[in-house]
Amino acid sequence: MIPLTWYLVLSAVLFCIGLYGVLARRNAIAILMGAELMLNSANINLAAFERYVAAGSVAGQVFVIFNIAVAAAEAAVGLALILAIYRSRDTVSVEEVDLLKG
Amino acid sequence: MSLTQAVFILLGGMAVLGALGMVTLRNLFHSALAMILALFSIAGIYVLLEAEFLAVVQVLVYVGAIAMLILFGIMLTRDIVGRASAVRNRQWPLALAVSAGLLAVLAVALVRAAWPLATYAPAQGGVADLGLALMGPYALPFEVASVLLLVAMVGALIIAREARE
Amino acid sequence: MLNHYAFVGLFGVVAILFPVAALVVGALAGPRRPTPAKRARYECGLVSQGESWVQLRVQYYIYALLFLVFDVETVFLYPWAAAYGQLGLFALVEAVIFLGILVVGLAYAWTHGDLQWR
Repeated sequence: MIPLTWYLVLSAVLFCIGLYGVLARRNAIAILMGAELMLNSANINLAAFERYVAAGSVAGQVFVIFNIAVAAAEAAVGLALILAIYRSRDTVSVEEVDLLKG
Repeated sequence: MSLTQAVFILLGGMAVLGALGMVTLRNLFHSALAMILALFSIAGIYVLLEAEFLAVVQVLVYVGAIAMLILFGIMLTRDIVGRASAVRNRQWPLALAVSAGLLAVLAVALVRAAWPLATYAPAQGGVADLGLALMGPYALPFEVASVLLLVAMVGALIIAREARE
Repeated sequence: MLNHYAFVGLFGVVAILFPVAALVVGALAGPRRPTPAKRARYECGLVSQGESWVQLRVQYYIYALLFLVFDVETVFLYPWAAAYGQLGLFALVEAVIFLGILVVGLAYAWTHGDLQWR
């Protein structure tokens, strides 16, 4: 018997590590990976709450599946953008991509 | 401590280890492999939650497809050898402070909160119930998801492919 | 219920132990007489050329992208298939619409030459 809090704390830890990755890494792909980890931690929360709080409903799992579809779309388009930037600017460091900066 | 709790701690530890490796490793390829460890451990967490379908989906989509896509992205945009740039940007101490602060706030809030009905209920049925929900109350989001996938696919193809002369 | 997964865990432990044991035994018991040819990277039996970190072509990404999209599609269709016996004609129509929308994307990729290996 695992307490609900354990899942929530694990998910919070993973979310904060992902947040650090998004804020602190320079490589755009590393930032994308951090975002994927944050989405995953949200998925753990959804599944855990479904099992412990909304027992008998499958809403949590349905949300997780939609979340995974959104994450897949995000990764596909995000990486395509990174590839396009790499092709035109020859870098994937977010600090060197500053075309819009005044 | 029961056996399932020990398994949870093992899987959670692997997930946290993988996540830490993901954000700290210098070589981006190794960083992606650490991410795969974290994603795989999360599949194990789903098994502990008796959400087997989610565990399978996690392995199939995240480990099987998204991680592979990210690895291809890394191989395609790899910096030229000898031009290894710094892993972290200039604002990393601030990022660390923000993340650690958020974690502290979340941990205190989560541990102190009194969740309603916070007791474990056994699993209610399996994938078929999920299918009934997807075809019934969630029919419209189901169709919208396919539109989302279509838009993502066509958009990514247009952005990613090389301009033809 | 969770006890069924004890075998999966056991399988994982064996799967990790077996190659580790093989490598450790090999490192301890095997004689070591390196020659330049022995220390070279293995590349399908040929003499390897260039760096091991090669730049891939964008075609790989496009194939992985299409795989990802249809992988996610499977995730949505599997619960539908599992519940098919309890669902009516309406669900079949829904699934056909779902598939039809994604086939449009596949047709787009096909007609614009993204499936052609250049």
